[in-house]
Amino acid sequence: MGKLFAIVITVIALACAVPIITHHWFWSDISFAPPEDISTHGHAIDDQMSDTMVEAGLSFLAAQILLGIFVWKSADRKKDAEIKTFPGGAQLMVIAALVLVGTEILALGVLGQKAWANVYFKPAAPDALQIQAQAGQFAFYFRYPGADGKFGATHPDKIDEGNSNFFGLDPANDVESRDDIVTGELAIPVDREVHLMMHAKDVGHSFYVRELRIQQDFVPGLDLAVHFTATKVGKYEIVCTQLCGLGHYNMKAYLNVLSQADFDAWMKQKASEQ
Amino acid sequence: MRTKQLFIVAIALMVSPALLFGAGTISGKVTYAGTPAKQKTIDMSKEPTCAKQHTTPVTTETVVTGPNNALENVVVYISAGAPDESSASTQAVTFTQKGCQYLPHVLAMKAGQELKVVNDDQTSHNIHPLAKVNREWNKSQPPGTPPLSEKFDKEEFISVKCNVHPWMHGYFAVLKTSHYSVSSENGAFSLPNLPPGKYTITAWQEDYGTQTQDVTITGSETKTVDFTFKAKPY
Repeated sequence: MGKLFAIVITVIALACAVPIITHHWFWSDISFAPPEDISTHGHAIDDQMSDTMVEAGLSFLAAQILLGIFVWKSADRKKDAEIKTFPGGAQLMVIAALVLVGTEILALGVLGQKAWANVYFKPAAPDALQIQAQAGQFAFYFRYPGADGKFGATHPDKIDEGNSNFFGLDPANDVESRDDIVTGELAIPVDREVHLMMHAKDVGHSFYVRELRIQQDFVPGLDLAVHFTATKVGKYEIVCTQLCGLGHYNMKAYLNVLSQADFDAWMKQKASEQ
Repeated sequence: MRTKQLFIVAIALMVSPALLFGAGTISGKVTYAGTPAKQKTIDMSKEPTCAKQHTTPVTTETVVTGPNNALENVVVYISAGAPDESSASTQAVTFTQKGCQYLPHVLAMKAGQELKVVNDDQTSHNIHPLAKVNREWNKSQPPGTPPLSEKFDKEEFISVKCNVHPWMHGYFAVLKTSHYSVSSENGAFSLPNLPPGKYTITAWQEDYGTQTQDVTITGSETKTVDFTFKAKPY
């Protein structure tokens, strides 16, 4: 019975580990590979993800096979045989396991920090396209500085959603805000760096674009920023991935990556709608 | 003999509403002077079932204008001197959510009158009247659900928003009187069935505020009262 159990453990472990390591279910179309990457930094994140999956899959498999071996070896154990317990018996083995797992986690962290630092510790280029993103229950709004290149000041008391003043601009008194362009979709030119400054109007939200490999929370009271360069023209979904209330399921917007010419035309169109 | 009696009763029935409510009428036009603020285009791309219902761009409705400087959606009502009306109207008023907009943008009703809220969209709405004098409430309304039935007991202009779609905006004008009119596309309004008396007429526009005028009605005349609001460019 014990030997059969050892075999079952090993078979289940194999069946689980192989799809994880290869990122694929073999008996269906489901692939664990992430969707197409349209960013310049995404490959580093994908490589890291892939390394982590392979490493975690192999470690899991090794641990389960080891467990199987021990179960197999102990299958014929006599009833009065001595049991080695911790602390006392298998001290060396436990310490070895701790060191091994610790090294593994540390190595993943050290190797992975490069992908992370590229996005978060490197500032955006000075000539990056400046866009503000504001998340509120339950929609995203984006603001472009307009022809003067300057964002008008925001006044939370002036926010009037019924009048489409989502950012609380004061065009009557503030000249800089008069040419600001506020939109419900995020259009950006292809192959140009974008510096996205993120502001939460009410509660916590999240900016997630699978294809961009970016998932960043909006935190109330904390203005955060991300920067990225999209490399492929197309329309992608921006979803909120931080439970933010009743309408969370419906909180989304679209990222529209356009050629420079199309982007200029779009900008002109939106400017006329303000 | 019998025919004559019936004839008298019929005449009495026909005349009685005029005796009860009066035959005077106040009508007129609401206009603006100056340049009104440009209305902003609403981006509904996040709600495709609503966006596809509109062939022309949808704009905000803070100031809706018509030909010859006409101002639409202005509530004109008798704020003082109105004939006493103790009973609430039995007919319900309807507020419809369609294409992620409120129809009508401004809905006037008498305090205590039944309000029906209809969802004609393929998406959930969450109607939220931001009442301060009345009790504030908000109700979720998934597609295909029956109309909500509500009422407001006190006089108040209530801003209405949708908790799911931030751009949706409307107003409830809850009035003490049933003598009200909301100006049409050409700015026209009419307050019929007024008995002789001295009245104060108030016109309310959501962005420009209120204006009042005093009018005296004698007999069954029709008096013309016009309102002109000063438009703000921003």
